[in-house]
Amino acid sequence: MSDTNQLLNQHSFVELSARQRIKALLDVGSMRELLGPFDRIKSPWLGLQGIVAQADDGVVVAKGSIAGKAVVVAAIEGDFQGGSMGEVSGAKIATALQLALEDNRAGTPRAAVLLLETGGVRLQEANLGLAAIADIHSAIVELRAYQPVIGVVAGSVGCFGGMSIAAALCSDLLVTREARVGLNGPQVIEQEAGLEEYDSRDRPFIWSFTGGQQRYTSGLADEFCHDSVEVIKDKIAHLVQSERPRFRSDQYEYFLTQLYQAGPEQATPERVRELYTNLEEQLL
Amino acid sequence: MTAQNRTQVWLDVLTQAPLTELELPASIVVAKGVLADQQSAYFIGVKPDENNPFPRARNGEVGLLEGWGLAKAVHWIIDQDADQNHKTPIIAIVDVPSQAYGRREEALGIHLALAGAVGAYAQARQLGHPVIALLVGKAMSGAFLAHGYQANQIVALDDASVMVHAMGKESAARVTMRTIDQLEALSAKVPPMAYDIENYASLGLLSGGLLQVQNIAQPSAEDSQKVLQHLTQCLEKTQQDGTDLSNRLGSKNRSATARVKELMTAQWHAE
Repeated sequence: MSDTNQLLNQHSFVELSARQRIKALLDVGSMRELLGPFDRIKSPWLGLQGIVAQADDGVVVAKGSIAGKAVVVAAIEGDFQGGSMGEVSGAKIATALQLALEDNRAGTPRAAVLLLETGGVRLQEANLGLAAIADIHSAIVELRAYQPVIGVVAGSVGCFGGMSIAAALCSDLLVTREARVGLNGPQVIEQEAGLEEYDSRDRPFIWSFTGGQQRYTSGLADEFCHDSVEVIKDKIAHLVQSERPRFRSDQYEYFLTQLYQAGPEQATPERVRELYTNLEEQLL
Repeated sequence: MTAQNRTQVWLDVLTQAPLTELELPASIVVAKGVLADQQSAYFIGVKPDENNPFPRARNGEVGLLEGWGLAKAVHWIIDQDADQNHKTPIIAIVDVPSQAYGRREEALGIHLALAGAVGAYAQARQLGHPVIALLVGKAMSGAFLAHGYQANQIVALDDASVMVHAMGKESAARVTMRTIDQLEALSAKVPPMAYDIENYASLGLLSGGLLQVQNIAQPSAEDSQKVLQHLTQCLEKTQQDGTDLSNRLGSKNRSATARVKELMTAQWHAE
């Protein structure tokens, strides 16, 4: 197939809403949404600030199966408040992970998939968003000891702030070319460190450091694929069945050793790939 | 900035000499101390290092080396007690102005470095180490997530300079497209947005409570006794509260979280 034909025939995952993404991933007929929009659990804080709340607070949670394997999927709607984590949206993800953990403890294996499109904490609910993210972190660390917790950053929002830490805690991380993963948003770095350090308007520069392809080729993500529902679904179906003996976020000795070799010069994408060249071997 | 960081002064009054058998970045300190009931504990702090090889992390920020250094320190403690039933308490002394903001940081994966620290603290708590965060200054955003937020109990010294927040005021104003005045006006009626520790306490997140001392910047012997006494009480509370973070639920200002948990749990089990 020519590139153009391939492009025309593929179904974009990035363009789907959070609910459509879950539906596309789960086995047909297996999706059961929890705390859906008709339960109307909205943010208690946005209205006080003249912002219209949404009936699901921008997070969709569903139980179901992927290729027969029991999972819970939580998907963030990047279109609502930049996918930011407020009290309710954060609590939905944390609770979904805690309930999956309880299932595993009771002897019923259940993996988790997190579809992350988020700028991090919702500043309008600042400290409650941060607290929910701490709960999410705790639950991922506990759950990944039983079953895969798969982070997916497809784009176009990317994954930032405390939720980038969540992505890094996942047992497996899948990214696309449209994805970016980083702790601090480009605007904030520019504000704090200056234009010379980080030019938030230079998109090729930003992607060269934090884009999905760079994260994958430097070993900071496990899977990389193009924006296609079918391909992403296949990759996740494979990941939920696999076991990871070691987690990247536990490799402190390796990373300290490499960082001391980084040298005083400013970072380049090539240098990062070079420094982390044997990272994958640490995870086997 | 550097002179004001309180990590070292509090470590000085609460602990003995830092451990030397553990090789860590110069910004990470681990020291043993003795609590009011004669039980020993490990104290961990992040302090400014003007020679930090990463120039954007020289003022006490939690950067690449700090995230991985904290992870190493906490995993070392876990390993020390691996064969013991008794898990030594870990006290995180928290005065962290922010995470490090810079090109090197993003390029080399600061999000993963902080995940290293978060994961280590979470594992320590889940394995039964009582973990207490003692807030003696700023507890900001990603830096606090990496150093303190995974604790069983969070204790704050009751002082105007002690604050918890997701982002500094200037940046928060820019990101939300508000002026600082507008931000402050909103903070007065929306408790989770406020920067002061009383509003933070109203969210129910200070499971270890607020504690007054005479001099937060130059603690006296009396202050240190009072803090050690309080930490001992927190340890007792930890035994009742268990190893998860559910002791942060229950306040009116966090009732939506409790509601989500209750309703989702019911729906989860209903077939």
